[in-house]
Amino acid sequence: MTTTTPTPQALNAPLRGRRSPLASAGLHLTLIVTSVIAVFPVLWVLLTSLKPAKYASTTDFVKETTFENYTNLLKDTPFLTWFGNSLLVAGLTTLIGVFISATTGYAVSRFRFPGKRGLMWTLLITQMFPVAVLIVPIYNIMSSMGLLNQPAGLVITYLTIAVPFCAWMMKGFFDTIPREIDESGYVDGLTPFGTFWRLILPLAKPGIAVTAFYSFITAWGEVAYASAFMVGDENLTLAGGLQKFVNQYGAQWGPMSAASVLIAIPAALVFLFVQRHLVTGMSAGAVKG
Amino acid sequence: MAVDTTGQSVAKAAGDTVARGRSRGTGKRRSTRKRSFATHWYAWAMVAPVVVVIGVIIGYPLVRGIYLSFTDANERNVARSIGVNQIPATYEFVGVDNYVDALTGSQFLGTLVWTVVWTVACVSITFALGLGLANLLNRRIAGRSVYRTLLILPWAVPGFVSVFAWRFLFDERRGLLNEILTGGGLSAVPWLNDPTVAKLAVIAVNVWLGVPFMMVALLGGLQSIPGELYEAAEMDGANAWQRFRNITMPGLSSVSTTVILLSTIWTFNMFPVIFLLTRGGPGEATQILVTQAYKFSFEISPRDFAQSSTWGVLILVLLMVFAAIYRRVLRKQGEVW
Repeated sequence: MTTTTPTPQALNAPLRGRRSPLASAGLHLTLIVTSVIAVFPVLWVLLTSLKPAKYASTTDFVKETTFENYTNLLKDTPFLTWFGNSLLVAGLTTLIGVFISATTGYAVSRFRFPGKRGLMWTLLITQMFPVAVLIVPIYNIMSSMGLLNQPAGLVITYLTIAVPFCAWMMKGFFDTIPREIDESGYVDGLTPFGTFWRLILPLAKPGIAVTAFYSFITAWGEVAYASAFMVGDENLTLAGGLQKFVNQYGAQWGPMSAASVLIAIPAALVFLFVQRHLVTGMSAGAVKG
Repeated sequence: MAVDTTGQSVAKAAGDTVARGRSRGTGKRRSTRKRSFATHWYAWAMVAPVVVVIGVIIGYPLVRGIYLSFTDANERNVARSIGVNQIPATYEFVGVDNYVDALTGSQFLGTLVWTVVWTVACVSITFALGLGLANLLNRRIAGRSVYRTLLILPWAVPGFVSVFAWRFLFDERRGLLNEILTGGGLSAVPWLNDPTVAKLAVIAVNVWLGVPFMMVALLGGLQSIPGELYEAAEMDGANAWQRFRNITMPGLSSVSTTVILLSTIWTFNMFPVIFLLTRGGPGEATQILVTQAYKFSFEISPRDFAQSSTWGVLILVLLMVFAAIYRRVLRKQGEVW
């Protein structure tokens, strides 16, 4: 490909970026192989879900394409209820998580206040807590506050997982936004909150996109707390529901693959929505130490 | 995302001391407090929600967990209610017995060795692959955004769905991998039922899950290295390896230290992969500390809360010691490679 389009590369990078055709082929080959490895397991589940259940474990890529796995799933199980529960929990976690990690990140990035260093350390150390130590005491707290089996209980728990990381990332991102912008806000008579809300937040969209993505994925895919806190068919989230479903159907892969596909779709949508910002957002957040 | 690495936090610490020193110098204590509140209230208001949530949902459970690790609490002697009857807790304080048991017995140390092997293997392979792929993607190449999207995909799919996908592929009798092997005339591999193969399998799946995050973070780091540096190096006749060694690696050091620290912590505590893929089996072969601790409080009978908390506290201590040493080593080396 280098031989076919030499002009733009020659213009932009006189020395770098000039590859032999062999190197180009190797590059593409490596990327294609790794992409296949990255995509295949998920693709395989998708293909399986479109086969009739009795052919689920055949090696044919396509066999008698049908949607019966999906219709059976929706008809025979409270899948839609679980789906709605998950959507509610993940949506709330994302909304609240993004908001409070943005305010925290901004405060830590811009102000010097007593307790700041302690807070930063706490946020880091929180990442180290194993689920196993926390889950029983959190269970007790939730039950004494009457939040067991309530979406609110899960949302609060997920916030403790998502927010520390998100706050760090937002802090890194805000550090890249020049302070002069804040100062111009003060000069124009805005309060610190007004500056944050009207000037800085709109500039931080890539950071917010990454934070939102992370919060959503965390809440959408969490298993341990979800299966411990939620009981009863109508309260389960997808993670808990799918567990139940495994037992119920034994090793029947067909309906499970259909469920997996339906579960992956919202996550993929959120991903597509934010992926444009993902690299910029992460780099700003990560590079500024 | 950024973990506060050495230099900067030192500066901040110094700044904090100065600020505090100044306010302490003026007037009486009460007016200091008032003034402090007047200057800082908006900062505190902005961090308050996080502090409250973390304090209640992490702080209290942590204290409680540490307390339980010094008792002999299990399912039979904790406070519980059967019907309308409230049964009070009868567990007793046993001092450091649990810790002595854990540290002198073979189970904890054996699990720890595998956990360390698992963490080191996962983090190093993930980092190497992430770095390699980020380098490949950080150049002009046709279809770059398509490759990037496909490669990030494992991150976008919920963990339990992709683990399910892998279990499906690994299935010993009817999984695709064995179908291909037997179709090619080879014997089937017991992917998740042989201790050694299962260990390799869980590492492979975790690497598959972890590469996208590494790749995206490192790609961001690469893109922030000014292109002029490379041009200057080429003018001076540096070859590709020298450019990588002397420009790329130092340019990535800040983001690498961050992602390595974070992914070490995450991998060490990687509950879902092990739990959903093998449940720690076959036997206890793939059990890492955190899944074993979970098993103590949820899967064995009677549920052993004290033991579980003890392991949890030990995990926390190990990680904190690791983070402290990591920071110190980096600082000594002046934060370069």
